[in-house]
Amino acid sequence: MLMEQWLSGLIDPYYQQVLTLVGIYIIAALGLNLITGLCGQLTFGHAAFLSIGAYTAAILTRDYHLPFTAALLAGGLMAALWGVLIGLPVLRLTGDYLGIATLGFGEIVRVAFTNMKVTGGAIGLAGISRASNLVNVTLFVVLAIAAVVLLENSRFGRALKAIREDEIAAESMGINAMWYKVQAFGIGCFLAGISGGFYAHLMQYLNPNDFSFIKSFEILSFVVLGGLGSIPGAILGTAVLTVAPEFLRFMAKYRMMIYGLLLVVMMIFRPHGLLGGVDFRRLLRRRKSKSLALGG
Amino acid sequence: MLIQQFINGLTLGATYALIALGYTMVYGIIQLINFAHGDIYMIGAFIGVAVAGLVSNNFFLTLGAAMIGCVALGVTIERVAYRPLRRSSRLNLLITTIGVSIFLETFMVLLKGPQATGFPPILKTTTWRLGGLELSSIQLIILLVSLVLMAGLQLIVKYTKIGKAMRAASEDYDTASLMGININRVISFTFAIGSALAAAGGVLVGIYFNSVSPYMGVMAGLKAFVAAVLGGIGNIPGAMIGGLLLGLFEVFGVAAGFSTYKDAIAFALLIVILLVRPTGLLGRPIQRKV
Repeated sequence: MLMEQWLSGLIDPYYQQVLTLVGIYIIAALGLNLITGLCGQLTFGHAAFLSIGAYTAAILTRDYHLPFTAALLAGGLMAALWGVLIGLPVLRLTGDYLGIATLGFGEIVRVAFTNMKVTGGAIGLAGISRASNLVNVTLFVVLAIAAVVLLENSRFGRALKAIREDEIAAESMGINAMWYKVQAFGIGCFLAGISGGFYAHLMQYLNPNDFSFIKSFEILSFVVLGGLGSIPGAILGTAVLTVAPEFLRFMAKYRMMIYGLLLVVMMIFRPHGLLGGVDFRRLLRRRKSKSLALGG
Repeated sequence: MLIQQFINGLTLGATYALIALGYTMVYGIIQLINFAHGDIYMIGAFIGVAVAGLVSNNFFLTLGAAMIGCVALGVTIERVAYRPLRRSSRLNLLITTIGVSIFLETFMVLLKGPQATGFPPILKTTTWRLGGLELSSIQLIILLVSLVLMAGLQLIVKYTKIGKAMRAASEDYDTASLMGININRVISFTFAIGSALAAAGGVLVGIYFNSVSPYMGVMAGLKAFVAAVLGGIGNIPGAMIGGLLLGLFEVFGVAAGFSTYKDAIAFALLIVILLVRPTGLLGRPIQRKV
């Protein structure tokens, strides 16, 4: 509470809300980047896992008075569990068919939440405590980035990249593609679930229609705009596309129309994403060698 | 009762099939899931509403105007938004179609407001009763118009030069262009036909449910897309079968008491079929080559 007061003295509450939302979506985008960017598996149902995490966490804090952190973790684990359950049969499919099947799963989850009693059905779930703030979201974003970076450069990350480049070749090198794909899917869904938990405790209200396939594509566009497979790209893409509609607020009526146009124009003029093909480590190295050359 | 549900299912399925054909033809040639296709169907319905009054509620003129309007729209969208991206990653193209979809929906909301409007009474409704069966004239017209359009499509694809070019392009895009087929013209033509069929679907559904709204294309488009995948995406007869099958499943699902889960039936069917036959009912199996 004290922290929040101190923060609101520092940053305008409205900006805080927007920044927190950016952080929340970054968590989800990092998860999707792992599945689609690193492992190359197309999924159009990420929002479903967000909603599973969101509802689980919200119901646990609201009805069972669990502490926020525990509820958040439970939400993430629940999303991961469903991710693995769905991933096991569905990850056999490849390319667009995988995307379509996950899209179908996402819509089924949405309809199920609309019809369930615990979730408040179509009216939605209200009265969720406001436990997310810029501080705890930022903290988790940092943790998530560290974890994803470590993963990417590990044996596990290399296996995922091998599967993305050529699944048959990877398998012939002794990589159990199915097992790695399911693991990547589970971790990605865990992050989505955590992101959903934060979302629930920021918005304080959940409605199944907030998590339709459009939301899945929104998150996918964050990752693609940033440059598929690039972690800094996923962060930048999320920031740009989450803040853009806020900047467009002054033309209230035309906001979403411009957003649609923005997506088209960005894809046409930045086909590899904002940061696609930019290797940060190489950039750093180049700068270092240049300064060495100058100094020498 | 059973036959009654069958008729209702066929009617619904025929409209799904009309939209599904656009998805499947475009996918067959450029492997693009055109998510804006559902919105072309929606615009078609709105053109129908706008034109009906001008042509003194003549059904065929309304249908024709909607189809022509959507042909122009579909071809323009392909030219402006999709063609520049043809050589870039498919995911980019996919997101572009989502952008176009958001644009069209919000554009219609700005123009007409988000609420649903009724369709002008351009068809006299008569209902024939036979025993316990009911068949409305609108249902009959939907079935007939869909049948004629689909037969027409088959004729074009099978027996005309451009149809042959379409089949060649969907077989092998690059080789077709090496053989002197103007691939841009084939793609434009494919978008034109798909959009015309979607517009016809929009007008028919608008009349059937007497309701037209800017967001009507979202769910209908998604389900038609499911229908295309069910039948084997890229396969024209597959889309027709998939559409009819989906319509029947939905109607029987609702009759069996799953009405609150109506929208989930299509997707559950989709996942089951994909797991059993990964490329749909009539799709060619994917070959894994090294």
